[in-house]
This record gives sequence, structure tokens and C-alpha cells, in this order.
Amino acid sequence: MTVSFGSLPRRAATAAIVGPGNIGTDLMFKLLRRSDWITPRWMIGVDPTSDGLRRAASIGLTASAEGVDWLLAQDELPDIVFECTSAKAHAANAPRYEAAGIVAIDLTPAAVGPYCCPPVNLDLNLDAMNFNMITCGGQATTPVVAAVSRVVPVPYAEIVASIASKSAGPGTRANIDEFTETTATALEVVGGADKGKAIIILNPVEPPMKMRNTVFCAIPPEAAEPGPLQDQLNQSIFAMRDTVREYVPGYSFRADPQYDHARDTWNGMARVAVFVEVIGRGDYLPDYAGNLDIITAAAARVGDLVVEHRQGATGIPAGAESRSSSSTPSTSSAAQPTGAQA
Amino acid sequence: MSTTISTDTNTGASDTPTRDLRITDSTLRDGSHAMRHQFTEEQVRGVVHALDGAGVEVIEVAHGDGLGGSSFNYGFSLVDEMRLIKAAAEEAHRAKIAILMLPGVGTIEHLKHAHEMGASVARIATHCTEADTAIQHFGAARDLGMETVGFLMLSHRVGPAELARQARIQVDAGAQCVYVVDSAGALVLTDCQERVEALIAEIGGEAQVGFHGHQNLSMGVANSVLAYRAGAKQIDGALCALGAGAGNSPTEVLAATFDRLGITTGVDVGGVLAAAEEVVRPFLPRLPFMDRSAITQGQAGVYSSFLLHAERAAERYGVPAHAILQRVGEAGYVGGQEDMIIEVALRLAEERDLGDFAGQGVR
Repeated sequence: MTVSFGSLPRRAATAAIVGPGNIGTDLMFKLLRRSDWITPRWMIGVDPTSDGLRRAASIGLTASAEGVDWLLAQDELPDIVFECTSAKAHAANAPRYEAAGIVAIDLTPAAVGPYCCPPVNLDLNLDAMNFNMITCGGQATTPVVAAVSRVVPVPYAEIVASIASKSAGPGTRANIDEFTETTATALEVVGGADKGKAIIILNPVEPPMKMRNTVFCAIPPEAAEPGPLQDQLNQSIFAMRDTVREYVPGYSFRADPQYDHARDTWNGMARVAVFVEVIGRGDYLPDYAGNLDIITAAAARVGDLVVEHRQGATGIPAGAESRSSSSTPSTSSAAQPTGAQA
Repeated sequence: MSTTISTDTNTGASDTPTRDLRITDSTLRDGSHAMRHQFTEEQVRGVVHALDGAGVEVIEVAHGDGLGGSSFNYGFSLVDEMRLIKAAAEEAHRAKIAILMLPGVGTIEHLKHAHEMGASVARIATHCTEADTAIQHFGAARDLGMETVGFLMLSHRVGPAELARQARIQVDAGAQCVYVVDSAGALVLTDCQERVEALIAEIGGEAQVGFHGHQNLSMGVANSVLAYRAGAKQIDGALCALGAGAGNSPTEVLAATFDRLGITTGVDVGGVLAAAEEVVRPFLPRLPFMDRSAITQGQAGVYSSFLLHAERAAERYGVPAHAILQRVGEAGYVGGQEDMIIEVALRLAEERDLGDFAGQGVR
């Protein structure tokens, strides 16, 4: 199954993708096609019949069905691991990656590392060894909550993420509780709401529905009335949409934000509702699977920032400083250190 | 004022072999939709007291959208559901208290909390094609020692064979009964019967089969009779039909009908008639009714709890509720996607405005 490194682009850092399901496979294509800094070299799974492993091998990655044990036993280790398995698996793997000096970017809802949503908190500590990418729904909705909470206090935020059944693989299906809990926490920690709640719905309709997320924020009554405060809110919300679009072009609103007057049954608060649609780039599954794109694009972006930061800081690849052997070549022009921008 | 409920883990059929089927009353769960989730503790105690006295063995209490459903999307509960579950458990001498949960809305933490409050039957609901999203929840419920029931919502959306495959997943995960759930009130007679038969053929050796009906096309009770004849052993009802859409199969009509057919349910018909007439009816804001919107739901296969949300959006955006529901059916939205109603209403309003402009020659 091993194919030489020569057929892959040579960039500043190498990565292994652990978990060759929908998310891992989409991420592989995203890194190959769009990353400036990272070469995906390994695809790791546990099922030899996996479609994701087969695809990875066919385009030149080293694919193994022998799991993380195999990966960590190799002479050459990746600079970065992208974890695309399940929350339980990442909770077990995270300490092993760290012990091996490998940076982990976690696309499961395990919530081991700091909550990370690129358009909101890029001031995060790029020297961390574990980055928690929240959930697909969290990546799609937390920015909107943050945009609202920058203008008015948000005592409560709630999101409903609807995704196509076909885009939800076994890991997602086994992690429904972790999804809702991790997303809800992100609405608080990253979004700035006092209290967060998350709901996820899988819809099997054919043709598959595009990923849709509704964001509800409780806001002060005066913010729901037309006027300068509401204008400011709208401005903040649309500016955030444009920021997310920089790395997820298919991120849009299905309608203008909807403001509802305060109600007694809402604890006297008013409400703003924002309807987010995410159309994917079709890197692996067709464009309905925007839920894959929004988290893989965010993870790839964080990966690039981490490598760029470490290159700027030390001139050596991410993770390599904590290991004795550094074998990663750095020859492409895109991989030249340009100094940390983050 | 009462003892706590029994927490034995037997399914209903084995501990009361003298009856032919078990009626589960969902007034205090499905009825929560019709009450806009505004049940008071006093109402809950009154209903449980009356049902328990009439011999109803299982009483479901929760937010209409299941544990954790209190939200902007579905409506906030007036009284915390855990408090209502505790009150119900205190009030019941014989009946078991059941809860409903939808993975994706509620979590295992909610389930544990409800169990601590006295719930002993866990009814776990998924869309009819997504049974595998509930595997961890069935496991958790069994670990808690709860009786388990799987709910395959919007069962009309797939054929009998696929529904049976999904029932198999729930049984393998720990469900002791799987329900054909006609969330849209869209199953008409043989549609219901064939699905129950398919489930019996697939899981009948290991688990029971149940039926949960809605009245949108007035089929709730008739479907329930056919479900029983096809082998179902658990049937849901609600007093005064209090439930989403045009309501559920009325518990009092189920009891009277099965009695007339000589099918024993263990329920005292006079007792549930009194419960409906004297306990529930006085607090109803309106009786569930087959109006244009509710019938559209049955016809277009729309999740029943969308009704009041569509009415609210209709008022807010000035478009007809039944037109919203028709669109929702065409789009294939599933239970839990109440948020889509706002978008559909906005789209209809936009089309209306464009139409108005077009009429004026502006377009």
C-alpha cells in the first residue's frame, strides 16, 4: 500500500489523518488541494476494507489499517495528527500524541484541548499541543453567536444543526451526545453566551438537504426594535459571515436576521434568529455535505497557522522541536517561512 | 401522599398476563405540544391521579419534544420537566412513569436525571431511518434498569421492510419494544397494519411492537385496532386526544373500543372517560381538531408538532399556515426541524410580495 512521498506535494510540515471516514477523507483532499503548509502523508484506520484508506493509498499516502499503534511505532512521525475518529478514541489517543511530540488537531467532539473557532478566536495559543475543533455545527454557528455577543449581552444562545443523513458517518452517529454537549459549551466559551444549547437533526431526504443551522440568541428587548443598536448587530453579523467565507466560500444566510419582540415566555428577552446554510466544496462528498467542509476547512486553517507560527518562531516544523529526528523536507516556495501573522 | 413507583424491569406484558395489550397514556408528553408546553404541576398531578386510578399502567411525562426540549425552537416549558416527572412519580401508586427522549435534543444526562426523579420507562425516539443514533441511549437506559421502548418517528416515510430493519437496530441496542410511530397521522389503515406485521416478523421473537397514532386523518383509533390485530402489544393514547396536530388516539376512545371488541386492556373505561371529561377538558385552551392545517399535515406527511409553530409563523409573516405545512411536507423536513418553518414562511411571504408587485406590473 505504500507509495513514495515523491507523488505528494512537499510542504513545511507532514500530517497523519487518523480516521478515514467522511471527515478524514474530505480533510485529506482539502489539505492536498488547499494547504500552503501541510502535506498529508499518512491515512490511518482500523478497517482494511475502508474506502477512505483505499482512496488515500491510491493518491500516494501511506495507508495503514493497523491504527494509532502502527503510526506511533514508525521511525518517522508526523508533525501533526488530525483526529477524525470518535470522541472516545481521541480521549485515549491525545496523551500518546503529546508524549510523542505530535501536535493534535481534534475534529471529534472530545473537547480535550482549548475550543478553537478560527474566525472568532485566532488569538489562541498556537504553541498548544492539542486543538479542539468543536463540531461541524459549532464551527458553523459559534461565529454568529460571537458576532451578536460583541454588540449586546447574550444570556442564552441556542443552535439547531440539520445535516444530511448521508453525510453522517458512524463516528458522528455514535457521538450525538458529545456533539450537543461540546457545541453547547462552545457557544458559551467561544461564542460569549452565558448559557448555550445545541440540537442536531439528521435528515434522510433525497436529494440530500444542504447543511442548515439556525442560530437563536436571546437579546435585550431594545435590540429587537429597528434602530442604531439593531443596525450595529446586523453589521456585526454580516461582517462575521464574510470572515467565515474567506475559508468556507459556501457559507451564507438563507434570509436576513429575524428579530422577534420580547416575550414573557422568553424570560422577558427578545430574540434574533439567523439561518445559516453551508454548501460544501465537494472535495469528497457532494456539496450538500457542508458540515464536512466547515470543520475540515477550519482544521486545515488551524493546521496552517500552527505550522506558520512555529516556522516563524523557530524555523523548524511544528512538533519537530520536541523530537530528536526531523526529517521533513521544506522545498516548495509556499513553505518558506514568512513570519507569523497570527 | 403516595409510594414511589415500581422499578422492576419487566416489560408490561409479562407482569400482567391477564390483559391483551397495554395502553400508554401520553397526555402529559404529546399533549405538551397542544399546551405550548405550559403544563402546571397541579395539572400533572391531577391527570396522573386520574389515570393511575383508572388502571392505566404507563404514563408518559416530558416536554413534547422529549427531555431537553425546552428551547426557543420548540417552546420553553413553564415548569421544568424534571419537576413534573417527580410530581407524577409521587402521584402514581401503580402506574410507571415514562419519559421520551430524542437523541440530538436530549442526552444521557437528561435520562439519568429523569430516572432519579422516578421515571422507569425510557422511550427513545429517532427518525424512522436513523435508529443507529440511539444506540448509546438504549444502552444507558438498560444500565439504569429502565424498561426500554424504541420510537420510529414518521414511520410513513419508509416502507415496512426498511422500517423492520431499523427496528432490528433498536432491539439489538437494547429496546424491549419498538413502536410504529405515525407522527404525521399519515398512515391509513393497511399502511399501519403492514408496518406492524413487518416489525413482528423481524423482532417479534425478542421484543414487543407498539403503535402511536395521530388523528390528522382521523385514523388513530382504527389504526390502533389494526395494529393490535397485526400483533402490537403496546398502544398509545392521550386523554381528549391531547397531542400534536389533530391530537392522538383518544385514550378514552381506545379503552371503550377495545372493550367493545372484547380485547382486555386492564383500563377502567368509566375511569378514563371521567379523567378526560372532568380532569383534562376543563384546562384545555382548545380541543385538538381536524382543521385545514392538521388535515394538510396528514396528507402531506408533516410532523404533527409543527402545527402551532406554523400558526405562529403564519401570523407573524402573514401567510397561510396550511401553505407553510404543505411546503414543509414537500421539503421532507423531519421531527425537530421546527426552525425550518420560519424560513418557509419567509419564502412564502417573499413570493407573495413578488406576486403583488407582478400584479402591479413592477416585476
